[in-house]
Amino acid sequence: MFFGGLLITFSDSTVLKHIGHPIAFVKAGGVAVWQSYLALFQGSIYNPSLATPHDSLLAWYPLSETLVSAAPLILAGLAVALAFRAGLFNIGAQGQFIFGSIAASYVGFHFHLPVGLHVLVAIIMAIIAGALWGGLVGLLKARTGAHEVIVTIMLNYVALYFLMWLLGTTAFLRPGRRDPISPDVLPSAKLPLLAGNNYRVNLGIFIAIAAAVFVWWLLSRSTWGFRFRAVGANTAAAKTAGISVPFVMTSVMAISGALAGLGGAVHVLGSDFSLTSGTAGNFGFDAITVALLGRAQPMGTVFASLLFGALRAGGGTMQANTTTPIDIVLVIQALVVLFIAAPSVVKWVFRLKNLKTTGELAAKGWNG
Amino acid sequence: MSLELRGITKSFGALVANDGIDLRVETGEIHAILGENGAGKSTLMNIVYGLVAPDSGQILVNDVEKIIKEPSDALASGIGMVHQHFMLVPVFTVAENIVLGHEKSGFAGRLDLNDVRARIKDVSDRFNFDVNPDDLIEGLPVGVQQRVEIIRALIYDAKVLILDEPTAVLTPQETDDLLKIMKELKSQGTSIIFITHKLREVKAVADRITIIRRGKVVGNASPDASQDELASLMVGRPVELAPDKKEHPIGAPILKVSDLTIRDITGRPLVNNVNFEVKAGEVLAIAGVQGNGQSEVARAMVNLENLVEGSILLDGKEIIGLSVRDSLREGIAFVPESRELDGLIASMSIAENLILDLHDLPPYAKGIQMSPATVLSEAEKRTVEFDIRLQSVQDPISSLSGGNKQKVVLARELSRPVKMLVASQPTRGLDVGSIEFVHKRILEERDAGRAVLLFSTELDEVLALADRIAVMYRGEILAIVPAGVSAQELGLLMAGVVHA
Repeated sequence: MFFGGLLITFSDSTVLKHIGHPIAFVKAGGVAVWQSYLALFQGSIYNPSLATPHDSLLAWYPLSETLVSAAPLILAGLAVALAFRAGLFNIGAQGQFIFGSIAASYVGFHFHLPVGLHVLVAIIMAIIAGALWGGLVGLLKARTGAHEVIVTIMLNYVALYFLMWLLGTTAFLRPGRRDPISPDVLPSAKLPLLAGNNYRVNLGIFIAIAAAVFVWWLLSRSTWGFRFRAVGANTAAAKTAGISVPFVMTSVMAISGALAGLGGAVHVLGSDFSLTSGTAGNFGFDAITVALLGRAQPMGTVFASLLFGALRAGGGTMQANTTTPIDIVLVIQALVVLFIAAPSVVKWVFRLKNLKTTGELAAKGWNG
Repeated sequence: MSLELRGITKSFGALVANDGIDLRVETGEIHAILGENGAGKSTLMNIVYGLVAPDSGQILVNDVEKIIKEPSDALASGIGMVHQHFMLVPVFTVAENIVLGHEKSGFAGRLDLNDVRARIKDVSDRFNFDVNPDDLIEGLPVGVQQRVEIIRALIYDAKVLILDEPTAVLTPQETDDLLKIMKELKSQGTSIIFITHKLREVKAVADRITIIRRGKVVGNASPDASQDELASLMVGRPVELAPDKKEHPIGAPILKVSDLTIRDITGRPLVNNVNFEVKAGEVLAIAGVQGNGQSEVARAMVNLENLVEGSILLDGKEIIGLSVRDSLREGIAFVPESRELDGLIASMSIAENLILDLHDLPPYAKGIQMSPATVLSEAEKRTVEFDIRLQSVQDPISSLSGGNKQKVVLARELSRPVKMLVASQPTRGLDVGSIEFVHKRILEERDAGRAVLLFSTELDEVLALADRIAVMYRGEILAIVPAGVSAQELGLLMAGVVHA
């Protein structure tokens, strides 16, 4: 917050005019910082100037936007967090997210199904697509020992270019358009809105929270989660106790992929409605950040995603209402994340190092 | 140089690790500090070496009080320490490691090692260390790495050398070499503080022995004291080092291993054509120096090895080819060689570690829904039955001492219906009290009519527990001898010498 404040001060042209007069400079700087953070709040939660005489609740419109952008992120973040707990670093949430959105979108615009059933089928197909794409990684790792980080990075490219190719085919190209954009999903496939037509907030946020509860249950109350955690914490001991490590790797990556795929579905069926080459945005990569920020705990991931959603939604207002440039807005977002996440990132890096050294010592010390 | 400690006290929260410890080490003396794991030996030495600040107490060097706040103060006062885990950079040479932190630069900032090389040679020749300054650390055996640590201390003028559990990582041969070196150092006037819980080594080299229990000095002993006396002082109650082994009828064969060959991934056989059987109510010990194929045989019993040929029949049923889980559930209790790496999951709770194998079966789980309450209540029962000392079964397993960790492994493995117990180095790194418990428990299994397959590199353990002893050497069973064999004969067999 403090560093953000300094940045705002020194990037603001009105403030810089006062640079010769320290007191005026600090005063102007304070105003600029206050306005920026106020704009961030107004853009993400509550903005009284949006309220109309007919509808004072419209001031809450920014909160709806926050929830809309948080929902897919929660799901992708859960995907990363779950894999993380099983000791796998799923960089591939992006690719799994893309496959989920492709499946959801195709079912959404191509098939004509009754209301309710349509959205359900689209979601299920997205879950299956994500699960297959993620499960493939687990299978490769279990069978060949291929490192999941490399595999998922490569599969992200495959997913992205597959999507771009699809958007050029007649099946996916929107009639009458030459640029790569698919038709909108049919109304029957859209996620129901929660607060009327004035707000974009939809069932997606509840799907995401339900998924978080499911992941919590899976990890702490089910035999599957017990195995995931055992393999994640000490693969050798899990194997010695009779847990099938290849099966765990494949299944955890499939479930992880399913969550990311569901995220893609929520995004396409809830707010974007059509596919473009940029459909997945940065969701799959932000997912890694929120999962780390949330310390790979389901509820932590939910809160980290909400924070992220708020920063995203508020950034635009911050830029529009103040003279703070967009780049600085993004830098401030990055700083907020960095300062919150730094302890856990540092801890994680060090734990990895420690594990390696003890392994080496043990290998040299006791087998010698 | 003499070193004296007066009233050293240190607490960590509610735990008093050192409680008014007085200790005097004379010039040219090997002073053994004997105590169980967790007795406070390491804390005391870390205080002397400046790694931990004491709450109160004085440190006197040559009868003058010294304030030691960090290791550099200790070094300046002539106190050097060799840690249990070596502080060496594996990819550096011996000379580079020793010069670390005291580098001299030569022409154009080039690292100048000539001086330190000469000094290493000098120390190495004086004490017969046989260390070459230009060898890479990672290529050296553990025993030689330890000598490098000792050289480092000596080069920086240590007159009092602290050796913290120095033999824990050494083979029997390397241990003998180290004991020789310690005597040599002593004869040239260096004082040595020798931290250990191994009684035989203490009796072999120590001039005086101080015994610490629960943070207090509980007595001094001379090296003439018997091992039983020392052990009793250490544990605080009478201890039977040699467990009481009753004559016991031996039943039908439970395990029959035929033509067992195990290869590494390059196809080289690590275990070659091994045959043996274990009967109900019998302990078969597989003895041998570490690395002669015993670990692989043990792991093959539960299908943890991949390239296995031959046959392992448990009660007439072929084990090879089953999954690990199914082999365990056929009735094998498996205590792995390294409880830290293969036996336990450090970050999971004690209760969870107790059900690693059975977590998906009733009463712990119905379908895929686990029952945390049952997991906890069953864990409480186990901790009572196996005398596991803990605060809460929900604490991470890493909060337990080595002995209690091993009890957790035993409790888990013996709570299934079991026909055979496979125990690999079951007492490695444990203190006397825990060793006694583990040995008693192994014999109880034998007396209950189970087959016990014990893998051990410790001669004493093999001789105390076994009904028959198979000696492995270079992947083959050299001989199977009855329990009455002498320690010398067994030692020779382990070194690969067969009498005609």
